[in-house]
Amino acid sequence: MQGIQLDLISEARISQMASMEKVRYIIDEVRKGKILVLEKGLNPMEEAKLIEMTMSAIQPDVFSGIEMQSYPANAESSLLGKLFKKQNSKRLTVIGPANQLKTLKKDRNLISALVSASK
Amino acid sequence: MNMIKRFKVSFSKIFNKLFKKKGACIGIYGPPNAGKTTLSNRILRDWVGSEETMGSVSHIAHETRHAKRRNGLIIETNGHTISLDIVDTPGLATKIDFHDFMEQGMSDSESKKRSKEATEGVIEAVKWLDDLDGVILVMDSTENPYTQVNVTVIGNMEARNLPLLIVANKVDLPDADPGVIKEAFPQHPMVPVSALEGMGMDSFYEALAKQFG
Repeated sequence: MQGIQLDLISEARISQMASMEKVRYIIDEVRKGKILVLEKGLNPMEEAKLIEMTMSAIQPDVFSGIEMQSYPANAESSLLGKLFKKQNSKRLTVIGPANQLKTLKKDRNLISALVSASK
Repeated sequence: MNMIKRFKVSFSKIFNKLFKKKGACIGIYGPPNAGKTTLSNRILRDWVGSEETMGSVSHIAHETRHAKRRNGLIIETNGHTISLDIVDTPGLATKIDFHDFMEQGMSDSESKKRSKEATEGVIEAVKWLDDLDGVILVMDSTENPYTQVNVTVIGNMEARNLPLLIVANKVDLPDADPGVIKEAFPQHPMVPVSALEGMGMDSFYEALAKQFG
């Protein structure tokens, strides 16, 4: 049976990993053709590292990169949060191979994606 | 960012203000074809006044494949004078497919070469994030602003506690809607411009001085 594997990864699982471990794990899984949905996304530095490492992994006709979508972080509204510039926490993130995952629509609170089996 | 690092950044900002540090290094970021190099060239034309440019522009994505730095730009606006180093960075992207270049009329080998250079350019642009004092984020105001590239750049500046100025470019085009960008990221200043036509540049320089001066 041909299909697409969709892995829903809990916050508990991803938070056990160090930053580089997360990035490598995501790239390895996406290169296998999986679509990953992270319950809690990456922090901005990890997202930048993921983009950087994805570029190093691109190979013509084999891997053209990733489609990644996360919501913008919620702005900190409490006084204490503003004073101490509490790290904005990321929300759900969807990552998959660029040739199989296409974002149809995205806004502050909605990500609509089309997953295609054709490579 | 941990508290010690945040205090270091805040202390550094106060120190720089007190001792008037010259030449804050500002990166110009954004997705491919948002108009980063056109904006950089416009800044040079306005303040250097010569034929000097930051780079060539084209409708094919990833025309800029290496970051280019111009030191010591002096910008005067509203009685304020600021000195900036500007870095024009390659367009950030999460995917690069050489077939896209072939569709633009490039040969197979040319497309693969450009694709390789473009991926190196993105890596370079990401690395520059660590060495900047602030960012001008250029967005195409005819496009949806909620791209991963925009979210990542804004997130990085917020996490590093560094200033950011959003430029809603291409307002000369009929589909432009800079209001959508303002609505998407209300926590940061935004100026609508057409870097190509020179529209809104006075407001841009005022915002630049306010944000990075």
